[in-house]
Amino acid sequence: MTDLDRIHRVLDAHGKLRASAATVGDDDDLYAAGMTSHASVNVMLGLEDEFGVEFPDELLTKATFCTVRSMAAAVTDLMVSV
Amino acid sequence: MTFAPAVSPDGVLTVRERADIVAAVAQEFADDVDAASRFPSEAVAALRAQRLLGASVPRELGGEGLTVTELAEVARVLGSACSSTAMVFAMHHGQLLSITRHLGDVASLATLVQRIAADDLLVASATTEVGSGGDVRFSSCFVEPAADAARLRVIKHAPVISYAEYADIVLVTARRGADVAPGDQVLIVAESDEVQLERTSTWNTLGLRGTCSHGYVLTAEFDADRVIPAPYEQISTETMLPVSHVLWAAVWLGMASAAVQTARRFVRAAARRNIGSVPLGAPGLVSLIADLEIFETTVSSAARGVDSVAPADLGRIDAVIRMNNLKVQASTDVAGLVGRALVITGIAGYRTDTEFSLGRLFRDAQGAALMVHNDRILATNAQLVLLSKGTR
Repeated sequence: MTDLDRIHRVLDAHGKLRASAATVGDDDDLYAAGMTSHASVNVMLGLEDEFGVEFPDELLTKATFCTVRSMAAAVTDLMVSV
Repeated sequence: MTFAPAVSPDGVLTVRERADIVAAVAQEFADDVDAASRFPSEAVAALRAQRLLGASVPRELGGEGLTVTELAEVARVLGSACSSTAMVFAMHHGQLLSITRHLGDVASLATLVQRIAADDLLVASATTEVGSGGDVRFSSCFVEPAADAARLRVIKHAPVISYAEYADIVLVTARRGADVAPGDQVLIVAESDEVQLERTSTWNTLGLRGTCSHGYVLTAEFDADRVIPAPYEQISTETMLPVSHVLWAAVWLGMASAAVQTARRFVRAAARRNIGSVPLGAPGLVSLIADLEIFETTVSSAARGVDSVAPADLGRIDAVIRMNNLKVQASTDVAGLVGRALVITGIAGYRTDTEFSLGRLFRDAQGAALMVHNDRILATNAQLVLLSKGTR
Protein backbone atom coordinates (compact mmCIF):
# COMPACT_ATOMS: atom_id res chain seq x y z
CA MET A 1 0.00 0.00 0.00
CA THR A 2 1.42 3.38 -0.94
CA ASP A 3 1.60 6.29 1.49
CA LEU A 4 -1.18 7.94 -0.48
CA ASP A 5 -3.37 4.87 0.02
CA ARG A 6 -2.67 4.94 3.73
CA ILE A 7 -3.62 8.62 3.89
CA HIS A 8 -6.83 7.86 2.00
CA ARG A 9 -7.60 5.09 4.48
CA VAL A 10 -7.19 7.48 7.43
CA LEU A 11 -9.40 10.02 5.69
CA ASP A 12 -12.10 7.46 5.04
CA ALA A 13 -11.98 6.34 8.68
CA HIS A 14 -12.00 9.80 10.27
CA GLY A 15 -12.40 12.62 7.76
CA LYS A 16 -16.18 12.42 7.37
CA LEU A 17 -15.82 13.44 3.74
CA ARG A 18 -18.91 13.39 1.62
CA ALA A 19 -17.32 10.93 -0.82
CA SER A 20 -14.61 8.29 -0.58
CA ALA A 21 -11.11 9.77 -0.25
CA ALA A 22 -9.93 8.05 -3.43
CA THR A 23 -12.33 10.26 -5.41
CA VAL A 24 -10.90 13.47 -3.94
CA GLY A 25 -8.06 15.09 -5.87
CA ASP A 26 -4.65 15.43 -4.23
CA ASP A 27 -5.00 19.21 -4.29
CA ASP A 28 -8.69 19.48 -3.47
CA ASP A 29 -9.66 21.39 -0.34
CA LEU A 30 -10.66 18.71 2.15
CA TYR A 31 -12.62 21.20 4.27
CA ALA A 32 -14.74 22.00 1.23
CA ALA A 33 -15.17 18.24 0.76
CA GLY A 34 -16.84 17.99 4.15
CA MET A 35 -14.02 17.65 6.68
CA THR A 36 -14.89 19.68 9.78
CA SER A 37 -12.39 21.05 12.33
CA HIS A 38 -13.52 18.28 14.68
CA ALA A 39 -12.92 15.61 12.05
CA SER A 40 -9.55 17.13 11.10
CA VAL A 41 -8.29 16.57 14.65
CA ASN A 42 -9.19 12.89 14.34
CA VAL A 43 -7.51 12.74 10.92
CA MET A 44 -4.35 14.24 12.44
CA LEU A 45 -4.42 11.64 15.23
CA GLY A 46 -5.05 8.90 12.66
CA LEU A 47 -2.07 10.01 10.57
CA GLU A 48 0.21 10.12 13.64
CA ASP A 49 -0.91 6.61 14.51
CA GLU A 50 -0.66 5.24 10.95
CA PHE A 51 2.80 6.64 10.20
CA GLY A 52 4.29 6.62 13.69
CA VAL A 53 5.06 10.31 13.59
CA GLU A 54 4.21 13.28 15.79
CA PHE A 55 3.23 16.58 14.24
CA PRO A 56 5.06 19.34 16.15
CA ASP A 57 2.97 22.37 17.16
CA GLU A 58 4.38 24.45 14.26
CA LEU A 59 2.75 22.05 11.81
CA LEU A 60 -0.62 21.89 13.59
CA THR A 61 -2.24 24.44 11.31
CA LYS A 62 -5.16 24.29 8.95
CA ALA A 63 -2.79 24.59 5.99
CA THR A 64 -0.98 21.34 6.78
CA PHE A 65 -4.19 19.32 6.65
CA CYS A 66 -5.98 21.16 3.90
CA THR A 67 -5.16 18.78 1.05
CA VAL A 68 -3.97 15.21 0.63
CA ARG A 69 -0.77 16.57 -0.92
CA SER A 70 0.00 18.86 2.03
CA MET A 71 -0.58 15.99 4.48
CA ALA A 72 1.65 13.66 2.45
CA ALA A 73 4.42 16.27 2.38
CA ALA A 74 4.26 16.83 6.14
CA VAL A 75 4.25 13.10 6.88
CA THR A 76 7.16 12.47 4.48
CA ASP A 77 9.25 15.22 6.09
CA LEU A 78 8.62 13.81 9.54
CA MET A 79 9.42 10.24 8.54
CA VAL A 80 12.70 11.34 6.99
CA SER A 81 13.74 13.16 10.15
CA VAL A 82 12.87 10.25 12.44
CA MET B 1 -1.05 47.05 33.65
CA THR B 2 1.14 49.61 31.91
CA PHE B 3 1.99 50.44 28.36
CA ALA B 4 3.60 53.36 26.59
CA PRO B 5 0.63 55.64 25.87
CA ALA B 6 0.14 56.67 22.26
CA VAL B 7 -0.49 60.32 21.52
CA SER B 8 -3.91 60.98 19.99
CA PRO B 9 -4.26 62.50 16.52
CA ASP B 10 -4.56 66.05 17.83
CA GLY B 11 -1.51 65.46 20.00
CA VAL B 12 -3.29 66.57 23.12
CA LEU B 13 -4.84 63.59 24.89
CA THR B 14 -3.36 60.14 25.31
CA VAL B 15 -5.41 57.02 24.64
CA ARG B 16 -5.63 56.46 28.38
CA GLU B 17 -6.93 59.98 28.97
CA ARG B 18 -9.57 59.55 26.28
CA ALA B 19 -10.61 56.24 27.86
CA ASP B 20 -10.91 57.93 31.24
CA ILE B 21 -13.21 60.58 29.78
CA VAL B 22 -15.49 57.91 28.31
CA ALA B 23 -15.36 55.89 31.55
CA ALA B 24 -16.60 58.88 33.53
CA VAL B 25 -19.63 59.15 31.25
CA ALA B 26 -20.19 55.39 31.37
CA GLN B 27 -20.01 55.38 35.15
CA GLU B 28 -22.58 58.15 35.42
CA PHE B 29 -25.21 56.17 33.51
CA ALA B 30 -24.21 52.60 34.43
CA ASP B 31 -26.93 52.10 37.04
CA ASP B 32 -29.65 53.37 34.72
CA VAL B 33 -28.38 51.27 31.81
CA ASP B 34 -28.63 48.26 34.11
CA ALA B 35 -31.99 49.13 35.66
CA ALA B 36 -33.61 49.94 32.32
CA SER B 37 -31.78 47.17 30.45
CA ARG B 38 -30.96 49.77 27.82
CA PHE B 39 -28.12 50.51 25.43
CA PRO B 40 -25.42 52.75 26.98
CA SER B 41 -25.97 55.39 24.34
CA GLU B 42 -24.26 58.19 26.29
CA ALA B 43 -21.08 56.19 26.75
CA VAL B 44 -21.04 55.03 23.13
CA ALA B 45 -21.54 58.63 22.01
CA ALA B 46 -18.54 59.51 24.18
CA LEU B 47 -16.53 56.71 22.54
CA ARG B 48 -17.41 58.22 19.20
CA ALA B 49 -16.52 61.74 20.36
CA GLN B 50 -13.15 60.46 21.58
CA ARG B 51 -12.58 58.69 18.23
CA LEU B 52 -12.21 55.37 20.02
CA LEU B 53 -14.45 53.28 17.74
CA GLY B 54 -12.44 53.73 14.54
CA ALA B 55 -9.12 53.73 16.37
CA SER B 56 -8.18 50.10 15.67
CA VAL B 57 -8.31 50.67 11.92
CA PRO B 58 -4.74 50.82 10.49
CA ARG B 59 -3.29 54.29 9.92
CA GLU B 60 -3.13 53.79 6.17
CA LEU B 61 -6.93 53.49 6.17
CA GLY B 62 -7.50 56.51 8.38
CA GLY B 63 -7.49 54.95 11.85
CA GLU B 64 -4.88 55.08 14.62
CA GLY B 65 -3.72 51.49 14.34
CA LEU B 66 -4.15 50.92 18.08
CA THR B 67 -2.61 47.63 19.17
CA VAL B 68 -4.56 44.94 20.98
CA THR B 69 -2.55 45.91 24.10
CA GLU B 70 -3.77 49.50 23.82
CA LEU B 71 -7.35 48.40 23.11
CA ALA B 72 -7.17 46.09 26.15
CA GLU B 73 -6.13 49.00 28.35
CA VAL B 74 -9.19 50.97 27.19
CA ALA B 75 -11.39 47.91 27.71
CA ARG B 76 -10.08 47.54 31.25
CA VAL B 77 -10.71 51.20 32.10
CA LEU B 78 -14.24 50.98 30.70
CA GLY B 79 -14.83 47.67 32.49
CA SER B 80 -14.24 49.39 35.83
CA ALA B 81 -16.97 51.90 35.00
CA CYS B 82 -19.74 50.04 33.13
CA SER B 83 -19.56 46.37 32.14
CA SER B 84 -22.03 46.74 29.28
CA THR B 85 -20.23 49.70 27.68
CA ALA B 86 -16.93 47.86 27.99
CA MET B 87 -18.32 44.69 26.41
CA VAL B 88 -19.77 46.71 23.50
CA PHE B 89 -16.30 48.26 23.02
CA ALA B 90 -14.59 44.87 23.18
CA MET B 91 -17.00 43.11 20.84
CA HIS B 92 -16.88 46.01 18.38
CA HIS B 93 -13.07 45.94 18.04
CA GLY B 94 -12.81 42.14 17.83
CA GLN B 95 -15.29 42.38 14.97
CA LEU B 96 -13.68 45.42 13.32
CA LEU B 97 -10.26 43.80 13.36
CA SER B 98 -11.83 40.71 11.78
CA ILE B 99 -12.56 42.92 8.78
CA THR B 100 -9.34 44.94 8.71
CA ARG B 101 -6.97 42.00 9.15
CA HIS B 102 -8.60 40.00 6.35
CA LEU B 103 -9.39 42.64 3.74
CA GLY B 104 -7.26 40.97 1.09
CA ASP B 105 -7.17 43.42 -1.77
CA VAL B 106 -10.91 44.03 -2.01
CA ALA B 107 -11.12 47.75 -2.75
CA SER B 108 -14.73 48.22 -1.70
CA LEU B 109 -14.04 46.65 1.69
CA ALA B 110 -11.07 48.98 2.17
CA THR B 111 -13.28 51.96 1.31
CA LEU B 112 -15.87 50.80 3.83
CA VAL B 113 -13.18 50.48 6.49
CA GLN B 114 -12.05 54.03 5.74
CA ARG B 115 -15.63 55.15 6.39
CA ILE B 116 -15.73 53.19 9.64
CA ALA B 117 -12.58 55.02 10.75
CA ALA B 118 -13.69 58.45 9.57
CA ASP B 119 -17.15 58.28 11.14
CA ASP B 120 -16.40 55.97 14.09
CA LEU B 121 -19.09 53.53 12.98
CA LEU B 122 -20.22 50.79 15.38
CA VAL B 123 -19.83 47.15 14.31
CA ALA B 124 -22.06 44.32 15.59
CA SER B 125 -21.95 40.66 14.64
CA ALA B 126 -24.32 37.72 14.25
CA THR B 127 -22.32 34.53 14.64
CA THR B 128 -24.49 32.21 16.73
CA GLU B 129 -27.50 30.58 15.12
CA VAL B 130 -30.62 28.84 16.38
CA GLY B 131 -30.04 25.11 16.08
CA SER B 132 -26.26 25.09 16.24
CA GLY B 133 -26.20 25.02 20.04
CA GLY B 134 -23.92 28.03 20.38
CA ASP B 135 -21.17 26.48 18.25
CA VAL B 136 -20.12 29.31 15.96
CA ARG B 137 -18.03 27.01 13.76
CA PHE B 138 -21.13 25.77 11.97
CA SER B 139 -23.95 27.53 10.16
CA SER B 140 -27.08 26.25 8.56
CA CYS B 141 -28.03 29.58 6.96
CA PHE B 142 -26.38 30.24 3.62
CA VAL B 143 -25.61 32.89 1.04
CA GLU B 144 -28.05 32.86 -1.88
CA PRO B 145 -28.99 35.18 -4.74
CA ALA B 146 -31.29 38.04 -3.73
CA ALA B 147 -34.47 39.02 -5.57
CA ASP B 148 -32.28 41.64 -7.23
CA ALA B 149 -30.09 39.18 -9.14
CA ALA B 150 -27.03 41.39 -8.91
CA ARG B 151 -26.99 41.05 -5.12
CA LEU B 152 -26.83 38.32 -2.53
CA ARG B 153 -28.96 37.55 0.49
CA VAL B 154 -28.83 35.66 3.77
CA ILE B 155 -31.58 34.91 6.28
CA LYS B 156 -30.34 34.00 9.75
CA HIS B 157 -32.21 33.00 12.90
CA ALA B 158 -29.92 34.36 15.60
CA PRO B 159 -30.59 33.63 19.28
CA VAL B 160 -28.60 36.73 20.26
CA ILE B 161 -27.11 39.67 18.39
CA SER B 162 -25.60 42.21 20.77
CA TYR B 163 -26.63 45.87 20.14
CA ALA B 164 -27.79 44.99 16.63
CA GLU B 165 -30.31 47.84 16.52
CA TYR B 166 -27.61 50.40 17.38
CA ALA B 167 -24.92 49.24 14.99
CA ASP B 168 -23.92 50.81 11.68
CA ILE B 169 -22.37 47.59 10.39
CA VAL B 170 -23.48 44.01 11.11
CA LEU B 171 -21.17 41.09 10.38
CA VAL B 172 -22.93 37.83 9.58
CA THR B 173 -21.50 34.33 9.36
CA ALA B 174 -23.18 31.95 6.95
CA ARG B 175 -22.40 28.96 4.77
CA ARG B 176 -20.79 29.92 1.48
CA GLY B 177 -23.81 28.51 -0.40
CA ALA B 178 -26.79 26.19 -0.07
CA ASP B 179 -24.84 23.06 -1.00
CA VAL B 180 -21.72 23.39 1.10
CA ALA B 181 -20.75 21.79 4.40
CA PRO B 182 -21.86 23.42 7.69
CA GLY B 183 -18.27 24.34 8.52
CA ASP B 184 -17.62 26.05 5.18
CA GLN B 185 -18.49 29.54 6.37
CA VAL B 186 -17.91 33.06 5.14
CA LEU B 187 -18.13 36.43 6.90
CA ILE B 188 -20.44 39.01 5.35
CA VAL B 189 -20.05 42.74 6.04
CA ALA B 190 -23.53 44.28 5.85
CA GLU B 191 -24.46 47.91 6.48
CA SER B 192 -27.40 48.66 8.76
CA ASP B 193 -29.61 49.86 5.91
CA GLU B 194 -29.03 46.51 4.19
CA VAL B 195 -30.20 44.58 7.25
CA GLN B 196 -33.75 43.85 8.40
CA LEU B 197 -34.17 42.75 11.99
CA GLU B 198 -37.28 41.00 13.27
CA ARG B 199 -36.96 40.66 17.03
CA THR B 200 -37.77 37.19 18.34
CA SER B 201 -36.66 37.44 21.96
CA THR B 202 -35.81 40.15 24.46
CA TRP B 203 -32.59 40.35 26.46
CA ASN B 204 -33.76 40.50 30.06
CA THR B 205 -30.90 39.02 32.03
CA LEU B 206 -29.21 39.00 35.40
CA GLY B 207 -26.35 41.17 34.18
CA LEU B 208 -24.68 42.79 31.15
CA ARG B 209 -28.16 44.14 30.56
CA GLY B 210 -26.98 47.05 28.42
CA THR B 211 -25.55 44.82 25.68
CA CYS B 212 -29.10 44.50 24.31
CA SER B 213 -28.44 41.02 23.00
CA HIS B 214 -31.94 40.39 21.72
CA GLY B 215 -32.75 37.48 19.40
CA TYR B 216 -33.66 38.22 15.78
CA VAL B 217 -34.45 36.84 12.41
CA LEU B 218 -31.89 38.77 10.40
CA THR B 219 -32.28 39.29 6.67
CA ALA B 220 -29.40 40.96 4.88
CA GLU B 221 -29.01 41.88 1.23
CA PHE B 222 -25.55 42.81 0.01
CA ASP B 223 -23.12 42.94 -2.90
CA ALA B 224 -20.81 40.01 -3.59
CA ASP B 225 -17.73 42.07 -2.76
CA ARG B 226 -18.95 42.45 0.81
CA VAL B 227 -18.23 38.78 1.47
CA ILE B 228 -14.73 38.63 2.95
CA PRO B 229 -12.64 36.32 0.72
CA ALA B 230 -10.88 34.44 3.53
CA PRO B 231 -12.78 31.47 4.99
CA TYR B 232 -14.47 32.36 8.28
CA GLU B 233 -12.56 29.57 10.03
CA GLN B 234 -9.34 31.41 9.28
CA ILE B 235 -10.75 34.81 10.32
CA SER B 236 -12.05 33.23 13.51
CA THR B 237 -8.86 31.49 14.64
CA GLU B 238 -6.46 34.22 13.48
CA THR B 239 -8.39 37.28 14.65
CA MET B 240 -11.95 37.08 15.97
CA LEU B 241 -11.28 34.61 18.79
CA PRO B 242 -7.83 35.71 20.01
CA VAL B 243 -8.66 39.43 19.90
CA SER B 244 -12.11 38.94 21.44
CA HIS B 245 -10.82 36.70 24.21
CA VAL B 246 -8.09 39.20 25.13
CA LEU B 247 -10.45 42.20 25.06
CA TRP B 248 -13.18 40.39 27.01
CA ALA B 249 -10.57 39.33 29.57
CA ALA B 250 -9.49 42.97 29.84
CA VAL B 251 -13.12 44.03 30.45
CA TRP B 252 -13.45 41.38 33.16
CA LEU B 253 -10.16 42.53 34.67
CA GLY B 254 -11.61 46.04 34.83
CA MET B 255 -14.75 44.73 36.53
CA ALA B 256 -12.71 42.75 39.06
CA SER B 257 -10.49 45.78 39.68
CA ALA B 258 -13.52 47.93 40.44
CA ALA B 259 -14.81 45.37 42.93
CA VAL B 260 -11.41 45.14 44.61
CA GLN B 261 -11.26 48.95 44.80
CA THR B 262 -14.61 48.92 46.59
CA ALA B 263 -13.37 46.26 49.00
CA ARG B 264 -10.25 48.36 49.68
CA ARG B 265 -12.32 51.47 50.44
CA PHE B 266 -14.55 49.48 52.76
CA VAL B 267 -11.66 48.02 54.75
CA ARG B 268 -9.87 51.37 54.99
CA ALA B 269 -13.10 53.04 56.19
CA ALA B 270 -13.49 50.34 58.84
CA ALA B 271 -9.89 50.85 59.96
CA ARG B 272 -10.40 54.60 60.38
CA ARG B 273 -13.51 54.00 62.52
CA ASN B 274 -11.50 51.85 64.91
CA ILE B 275 -7.93 53.03 64.81
CA GLY B 276 -5.52 50.53 66.29
CA SER B 277 -7.43 47.41 65.29
CA VAL B 278 -7.18 45.47 62.06
CA PRO B 279 -10.63 45.10 60.45
CA LEU B 280 -11.88 41.54 59.96
CA GLY B 281 -11.86 41.93 56.17
CA ALA B 282 -8.21 42.98 55.92
CA PRO B 283 -6.53 39.56 55.61
CA GLY B 284 -9.03 38.55 52.90
CA LEU B 285 -8.31 41.82 51.13
CA VAL B 286 -4.61 41.00 51.07
CA SER B 287 -5.07 37.78 49.12
CA LEU B 288 -7.70 39.45 46.91
CA ILE B 289 -5.16 42.09 45.87
CA ALA B 290 -2.51 39.43 45.23
CA ASP B 291 -4.88 37.44 43.04
CA LEU B 292 -5.94 40.56 41.15
CA GLU B 293 -2.29 41.22 40.29
CA ILE B 294 -1.96 37.72 38.88
CA PHE B 295 -5.07 38.38 36.78
CA GLU B 296 -3.51 41.65 35.54
CA THR B 297 -0.36 39.80 34.49
CA THR B 298 -2.40 37.14 32.69
CA VAL B 299 -4.27 39.69 30.64
CA SER B 300 -1.34 41.95 29.77
CA SER B 301 0.79 38.95 28.82
CA ALA B 302 -1.97 37.59 26.58
CA ALA B 303 -2.46 40.97 24.91
CA ARG B 304 1.27 41.29 24.20
CA GLY B 305 1.24 37.76 22.86
CA VAL B 306 -1.49 38.56 20.33
CA ASP B 307 0.34 41.73 19.24
CA SER B 308 3.73 40.03 18.83
CA VAL B 309 2.62 37.00 16.82
CA ALA B 310 1.72 36.91 13.11
CA PRO B 311 -2.01 36.26 12.56
CA ALA B 312 -1.24 32.97 10.80
CA ASP B 313 0.56 31.71 13.90
CA LEU B 314 -2.52 32.48 15.99
CA GLY B 315 -4.19 29.74 13.92
CA ARG B 316 -1.80 27.13 15.30
CA ILE B 317 -3.44 24.61 17.59
CA ASP B 318 -1.28 25.55 20.59
CA ALA B 319 -2.22 29.23 20.18
CA VAL B 320 -5.91 28.35 19.92
CA ILE B 321 -5.65 26.30 23.11
CA ARG B 322 -3.95 29.22 24.88
CA MET B 323 -6.56 31.79 23.80
CA ASN B 324 -9.39 29.46 24.79
CA ASN B 325 -7.81 28.84 28.18
CA LEU B 326 -7.48 32.59 28.66
CA LYS B 327 -11.23 33.04 28.24
CA VAL B 328 -12.05 30.22 30.67
CA GLN B 329 -9.50 31.41 33.23
CA ALA B 330 -10.41 35.11 33.05
CA SER B 331 -14.16 34.50 33.21
CA THR B 332 -13.67 32.29 36.26
CA ASP B 333 -11.33 34.87 37.84
CA VAL B 334 -13.76 37.77 37.54
CA ALA B 335 -16.64 35.90 39.17
CA GLY B 336 -14.37 34.69 41.96
CA LEU B 337 -12.77 38.06 42.66
CA VAL B 338 -16.06 39.99 42.62
CA GLY B 339 -17.64 37.36 44.90
CA ARG B 340 -14.79 37.61 47.38
CA ALA B 341 -14.97 41.39 47.32
CA LEU B 342 -18.68 41.15 48.12
CA VAL B 343 -17.94 38.96 51.15
CA ILE B 344 -15.40 41.49 52.42
CA THR B 345 -17.87 44.38 52.10
CA GLY B 346 -20.55 42.36 53.85
CA ILE B 347 -24.02 43.86 54.20
CA ALA B 348 -22.88 47.23 52.88
CA GLY B 349 -21.90 45.59 49.60
CA TYR B 350 -24.98 43.36 49.58
CA ARG B 351 -27.30 46.37 49.85
CA THR B 352 -28.03 48.10 46.56
CA ASP B 353 -28.01 51.64 47.88
CA THR B 354 -24.69 52.23 49.60
CA GLU B 355 -21.32 53.57 48.48
CA PHE B 356 -20.05 49.99 48.64
CA SER B 357 -22.82 48.31 46.63
CA LEU B 358 -21.48 45.43 44.51
CA GLY B 359 -24.76 43.96 43.23
CA ARG B 360 -24.53 45.15 39.62
CA LEU B 361 -20.89 44.11 39.29
CA PHE B 362 -21.66 40.74 40.87
CA ARG B 363 -24.52 40.11 38.43
CA ASP B 364 -22.50 41.28 35.44
CA ALA B 365 -19.57 39.08 36.46
CA GLN B 366 -21.69 35.91 36.38
CA GLY B 367 -22.20 36.38 32.65
CA ALA B 368 -18.53 36.01 31.75
CA ALA B 369 -18.46 32.22 32.06
CA LEU B 370 -21.66 31.87 30.05
CA MET B 371 -21.08 33.98 26.96
CA VAL B 372 -19.72 31.46 25.07
CA HIS B 373 -20.19 28.81 27.73
CA ASN B 374 -16.92 27.70 29.32
CA ASP B 375 -17.94 24.06 29.03
CA ARG B 376 -18.11 24.42 25.26
CA ILE B 377 -14.65 26.00 25.15
CA LEU B 378 -13.19 23.30 27.40
CA ALA B 379 -14.70 20.61 25.16
CA THR B 380 -13.02 22.20 22.13
CA ASN B 381 -9.70 22.38 23.97
CA ALA B 382 -10.08 18.79 25.18
CA GLN B 383 -10.05 17.76 21.53
CA LEU B 384 -7.10 19.97 20.63
CA VAL B 385 -4.85 18.83 23.49
CA LEU B 386 -4.99 15.32 22.00
CA LEU B 387 -2.65 16.70 19.35
CA SER B 388 -0.73 19.63 20.78
CA LYS B 389 2.76 18.80 21.94
CA GLY B 390 3.20 21.86 24.18
CA THR B 391 6.81 22.57 23.22
CA ARG B 392 7.86 26.22 22.94
